[in-house]
Amino acid sequence: MSNVGVYIELRGDEFKKANREALGLARSSGKDVYAIIFARDISAYENEFKGIPKVIQIKNENLTYQPDVYAATIANIMKEHQLNDLLGVASAQGKDLFPRIAANTDGSIINDCIAVDFDNHTVKKPVYAGKLISTFKLSGEFRIITIRPNVFPVKEKGSDNQPEVIETGIVKVEEKLKIIDVIKSETKKVDLTEAEIIISGGRGMKAKENFKILQEVAEVLNAGVGASRAAVDSDYATPDMQVGQTGKVVNPKLYIACGISGAIQHFVGMKTSKVIVAINKDPEAPIFKKANYGIVADLFKAVPLLKEELQKIL
Amino acid sequence: MNIYVCIKQVPDTEAVLNIKEGKFINEENIKWIISPYDEIVLEFALQLKEKNSDFKVTLITVGPPRAESTIRSGLAMGAENAIHIEASDYLDHKTIAKALAQALKNEGDFGVIFTGKQAIDDDASLTHIYLAQSLEIPVVTNVIGFQMEAEKVIVEREIDQGAREKIEMSIPCVIAATKGINDVNEPRYATLMGIMKAKKIPIKKISIQDLGIEGATPTVTTEKLEAPPEKPSGRIIEGEVTESIKELVRLLKDEAKVL
Repeated sequence: MSNVGVYIELRGDEFKKANREALGLARSSGKDVYAIIFARDISAYENEFKGIPKVIQIKNENLTYQPDVYAATIANIMKEHQLNDLLGVASAQGKDLFPRIAANTDGSIINDCIAVDFDNHTVKKPVYAGKLISTFKLSGEFRIITIRPNVFPVKEKGSDNQPEVIETGIVKVEEKLKIIDVIKSETKKVDLTEAEIIISGGRGMKAKENFKILQEVAEVLNAGVGASRAAVDSDYATPDMQVGQTGKVVNPKLYIACGISGAIQHFVGMKTSKVIVAINKDPEAPIFKKANYGIVADLFKAVPLLKEELQKIL
Repeated sequence: MNIYVCIKQVPDTEAVLNIKEGKFINEENIKWIISPYDEIVLEFALQLKEKNSDFKVTLITVGPPRAESTIRSGLAMGAENAIHIEASDYLDHKTIAKALAQALKNEGDFGVIFTGKQAIDDDASLTHIYLAQSLEIPVVTNVIGFQMEAEKVIVEREIDQGAREKIEMSIPCVIAATKGINDVNEPRYATLMGIMKAKKIPIKKISIQDLGIEGATPTVTTEKLEAPPEKPSGRIIEGEVTESIKELVRLLKDEAKVL
């Protein structure tokens, strides 16, 4: 008997959307799905778990993310419940936690998958920032997989069946490191790797202050604000905003590139976006060859107009 | 303290990649570089050394003979020593980490071990965690801030939405850094003198077979490498900007259905 586990990542109390994608993928395997969640109370997530056979709820006084404790606890659960496949999200936490689980279970792991074949134990993953796609075979008893957000369809509303909830505690281990504080960002930023809409600026933004006009559109769209390497290198934007091969690889449904020429190193970081819009005053900019919709215009005119038009319909 | 910086040789970010034999890249005409995240953390390590005269920075890599050019670039930036574990290019991450760990154990006295948060070829984000596991020491990923106090380090790690986790751990440890660690965003250029000096530094070469890590069976194998489907080219919305923006919003809503 082999089952599929899904690690549910919470942001505070918020149930991340990508969890639904992982649950949807797990259900498509045809195997029994076990959701694994660290939370004292899961009543708020009742709808999320409808149609999922089993939820393993880990309770403890302190449930703050501690990598060693989380990894050891999940590894134990996988062995106890024959969760030979484990799915999670390729987020900052997922990419920290899942390799540790692989180390703990002596399992095989691939991060950031865009396709999973549960029968043949193969996955597809973009490599070289998406210039190529690699198919990997995972061997061994435990296969550990993080998925790229916004790729897999979300779990459909299942039957009204409530899952069987199995409560358990954490595994105590010697903690090699201690998380002593979590510092929130002063401005609440939409996380780029999971964002559904991103608006990005390049060298054409000309100055740091000018990113404000992108921020204003972002607020209308609830979008993340990104930047090209050229903009980061010119100090118009911070490194955490960089989209591209040496920054974040993103996968939104809508990507709006403003004043970005479209160098390959940027393009590979956002090319899987469902729709790409380019606004650039240079009609020869390579980005226009790659964009679904292009507007040849001065971004300082076009972006404020875009904000106005969006406000009308949203 | 002995600081080690793990570096990996990767194709240049601008490289156009062609596939060979269905699962490898064609290496002809590829320009090789230090993986950019490794290069940034090397810059950071060199800055630490400049502030602490008793620090020594050693590069360590696992790779085929061609990786030597990348080691020389790192030495030219200012690292003092280098270890090159010679191996074929297609090892899984666990094996690479075991090789690194064994070589470090053989060196004996290691303090902070730096790596980039991922190499930009396979974007795996795995080696640093397996390395720490093999050495039984702590590891933190995605590190954006780093301070040292006596026997411990305090780091900040970037998580969702620009938030940071502040983490304390003892030395030795593995630090997998991202771009912008302590605001370091640019690696230095090697000076001519640095390049000349680097040519004379002996690189310690070790064959992976001599590290006695056989029996590490790969858990992940590459079956196929392929090019992603090409995106059909799009269209330019013509007209005066007030009108074209209106049309764009209409198309996004009604045609593309992304609003």
